[in-house]
Amino acid sequence: MITQSATQAIEVTINGTTYRRVVESRQLLVHFIRDTLGLTGTHIGCDTGSCGACSIIMNGKLVKSCMLLAPQADGAVIETVEGLGNDGELSTLQESFRDHHGLQCGYCTPGMLMAATYLLRNNPSPTEEEIRRGIKGNICRCTGYVNIVRSIKAAADSTQAELGDSVAKEVSK
Amino acid sequence: MSAASNGRTATRERVTAWTGQAIPRKEDDRLLQGEGSFVDDMGMQGQGYAWFVRSPHAHARIVSIDVSPALALDGVYAVLTGEEAKAMCKEPFFRIAPGAASHIEEWPLAVGKVRYQGDAVAVVLADTRENARDAAELIEIEYDPLPAVVDGVEAAESSAPILHEEAGTNLAWNGVFDYGDIDWALENADHVVKIDRLHFHRFSSTPIEAAGAVVDWDLGSGVVTINTNHQMPMFAAMFMGPTLGVPINKFSFSSRDIGGAFGTKIGFYPQLAALALLSKKAGRPVKWTEYRTENLLSSTHGNERTFLDIEVPVMADGTILGFKTRAYDDVGAYLHYEPLGGVIWSQVLPGCYKLKHIRVDYSATLTNKCPVSPNRGYSRMQHLWLVERIVDTVARELGFDPIELRKINFIRPEDYPYETPNGCVYDSGDLPRSLDMALELVNADYWRERQKELGKGKGKRIGIGVGSTLDSGTNNFGQARIINPELPFSGNGEAAIAKLDLYGEVNINLGTSPQGQGHETTSAQVAADILNLSPDKVTVTVGFEQANNSYIGFSGTYASQFAVTGLGAVMGAAQKLRDEILEVGAYALGLDKDEVELVDGSCVSKSDPSKSIPFIGIANLVYTNNAVLTPELREKVSLTCRYVYTPPFQVPDTTRKWGNLTLTYASQIHACVVEVDEETGEVKILAYAAVDDCGRRINPAIVEGQVHGAAGLGIAAALWESFDYDEDGQLMQPSFYEYHVGTALDIPDIRTGYIESPSPFTPNGAKGMGEGGGGALHAVCNAIQDTLNKDDAIVYDSHNSWERVYNLLKSGERQAPRGVSVLSRVSGS
Repeated sequence: MITQSATQAIEVTINGTTYRRVVESRQLLVHFIRDTLGLTGTHIGCDTGSCGACSIIMNGKLVKSCMLLAPQADGAVIETVEGLGNDGELSTLQESFRDHHGLQCGYCTPGMLMAATYLLRNNPSPTEEEIRRGIKGNICRCTGYVNIVRSIKAAADSTQAELGDSVAKEVSK
Repeated sequence: MSAASNGRTATRERVTAWTGQAIPRKEDDRLLQGEGSFVDDMGMQGQGYAWFVRSPHAHARIVSIDVSPALALDGVYAVLTGEEAKAMCKEPFFRIAPGAASHIEEWPLAVGKVRYQGDAVAVVLADTRENARDAAELIEIEYDPLPAVVDGVEAAESSAPILHEEAGTNLAWNGVFDYGDIDWALENADHVVKIDRLHFHRFSSTPIEAAGAVVDWDLGSGVVTINTNHQMPMFAAMFMGPTLGVPINKFSFSSRDIGGAFGTKIGFYPQLAALALLSKKAGRPVKWTEYRTENLLSSTHGNERTFLDIEVPVMADGTILGFKTRAYDDVGAYLHYEPLGGVIWSQVLPGCYKLKHIRVDYSATLTNKCPVSPNRGYSRMQHLWLVERIVDTVARELGFDPIELRKINFIRPEDYPYETPNGCVYDSGDLPRSLDMALELVNADYWRERQKELGKGKGKRIGIGVGSTLDSGTNNFGQARIINPELPFSGNGEAAIAKLDLYGEVNINLGTSPQGQGHETTSAQVAADILNLSPDKVTVTVGFEQANNSYIGFSGTYASQFAVTGLGAVMGAAQKLRDEILEVGAYALGLDKDEVELVDGSCVSKSDPSKSIPFIGIANLVYTNNAVLTPELREKVSLTCRYVYTPPFQVPDTTRKWGNLTLTYASQIHACVVEVDEETGEVKILAYAAVDDCGRRINPAIVEGQVHGAAGLGIAAALWESFDYDEDGQLMQPSFYEYHVGTALDIPDIRTGYIESPSPFTPNGAKGMGEGGGGALHAVCNAIQDTLNKDDAIVYDSHNSWERVYNLLKSGERQAPRGVSVLSRVSGS
């Protein structure tokens, strides 16, 4: 016999804004972000934690938001693709993806950007091998990864400092 | 990389032509900021969430369905079963197939029987997706399982269980394609190489965004609103209309951004029809987001093809005269686009070679597996892989270098336009030079030396392979008549509207439904050249809206044709708009039309540039100030210019199966260096390159991206991705845990080169491209072949897992059947 799910009150800070909501205990974090809060930049591609389209940064760690329940994010500080830019200006990484044709359909792109942001934060000068390892949990079907790797490398080469600044600003919010 | 960065600079400076520049894409700013609008981002007031109930059996009779436990659950709005859906429909879906298969009845949901694991039996609507899924679990269905057939060749045998009793056979279509005189060639050739069996495996490009829709059947107006990521929505409408009893003008299809498709988002119109009926029944909008396992089980697979009894006549100098084979295409349980694949491959009948004598006895068979529909390289890559395996196998058996044998048999640059034995006209190209470039890009000479040094028996072996392939684009839909002469299809085309809006804004809208190909950008580039302003000043409507965009029956984004048909339409529409603006501008300036020109958004006197009128002024005169115009001008000018580009096709001769089946034939040569582990069979790619010749490139960065993507998918299919069914018809790879999609660690860096051989047949010299012709599958198989010994078996499958490669490496010492034999009438070679 299926019983209707219990609910739970949670508080989550996303891109500097704090949200308080009552959620079904079984709601996936990605559905909370997309459907409840309307932050639809974070995508869903596989339901098994394999594709990385739902990647976010939670409490400083890269996670797949389809692998967590919304209540597990209670009290968390989360960054999503919507928080990468600055008042409509693209970040260095985003600009690099545009300049190196690092995206085609754009569906994997938000997750890819979050994985790359996390990578560059922890390793500002990655080798190609390290970049590939850093995005191995994010599947892209359009690009063969060639221009994604180039985009991340170019972003690392050009402006680590700028990236570091925007990160520091996000964290301090 | 500098092409894109150069393009950025170019947007800030004046250049003479935007066409040909690698300018950054108009699409990117929104997509990079998470502001794209994908189907699952959409919704409607009062919507419910749909969940399909799918068969766990490959083949079974439906004894009973009890939906009452589901309806008793709080939050459930409605359940629709197959029988109910059928009762709401006017007729089954339109049948492409002639003969016995024309009797197959397919409805939006399964009726009476299920025919593959994943066949949809019912669909539930509830207030949340979780409740819909819970309710689906509660539906009680009693099945009476039947024997399943999962092999495309066995399905044609009389002992096989029949999927569709109304057809009385699993043979969906058969046709013999016979050109030249293959019997004469086999009798007179110096050598005949016989290959027992080759198998092209099942896989899919699995876009990361699965299918989805928000559907509302508005009972008051009768309008069925469908927001969906279908890549050919008006094709879906043509299938759904007669079945649902909805006229085309009561559909309202739309899409914005689509998260990849690769052909796989053509076949899901039955799901859309079921959702429309569910909305009608429930009286509220329906939202459906396909989940990944559902996508892998039931959305679409690529065509699986088995080639039997291949015979290849070859002369002592290496000239390959042709080949013959029997081909069995396993098209799965229903015919969603099939059996069109039965003719599509013949667009590239002789591959890249001057083969004259060819006979293919082709059959499409129904099996208890997921239905197939187009998948990047659709139907041609299967055939091109056959041709490439033939060339490699001939080389191996007769002692030729596979590179040299290709060059002996290639169509030469001076041969274009080249008419193939079945009447296709290859437009242009330079295959030998492309091949040399590809080899240089992978540094083949270096690897050949390394290969010799390393040899065999030291744990690792090196193999070098190439794949020559074609990306035929802009279909002549008249080829459908070769499948079924009764079909009322021929030609092709695309529509576009160029408009000057109320305040002088330039707007283009398209009939296409792009999924990452950058149509907004390339449309703006060609329109900018015609209107002589920056592409930044050209807005291209995002996505497709049936109500606002122009379309014809062929509209959509598929089959390597946008650069020809889509941009042909944009160019035609922009030229009409330019003429109207010049006409109004000249009138306003008191000059003749040939005394004015367009410069940066104004109509300017050629002799005195101080005399000009900006576009906003032109728009004012036509839209809000027209009493100052002459009656003739008012009558003539609308500033909303529709153009339909149509290629110059004729209806093929269906009896001879003869005619030009596509307008353009882009070519690609891939080169690949692999390292094979003798202990495990693991294949690692050490170097990879692809050289593309798609005629004039409108945006080189976009072209290169397409080359990367097609190569990446092909490499992944060759080595890691395969859909396999067990003997009961259970899919062995129902999630991304089992279906190993290539990751950034798997897929190597891909080097690219290009040649531009402009097409003489297209408005802009471009050829459609993007599918890559399966070049990677050909090249990887060829490279693996290169690591094997002379007494080993040949590479016989397009998918080569570690285990399969290991068995190939051991096949010689195990004295396994080699799968090939040679009859020689001359000594030596």
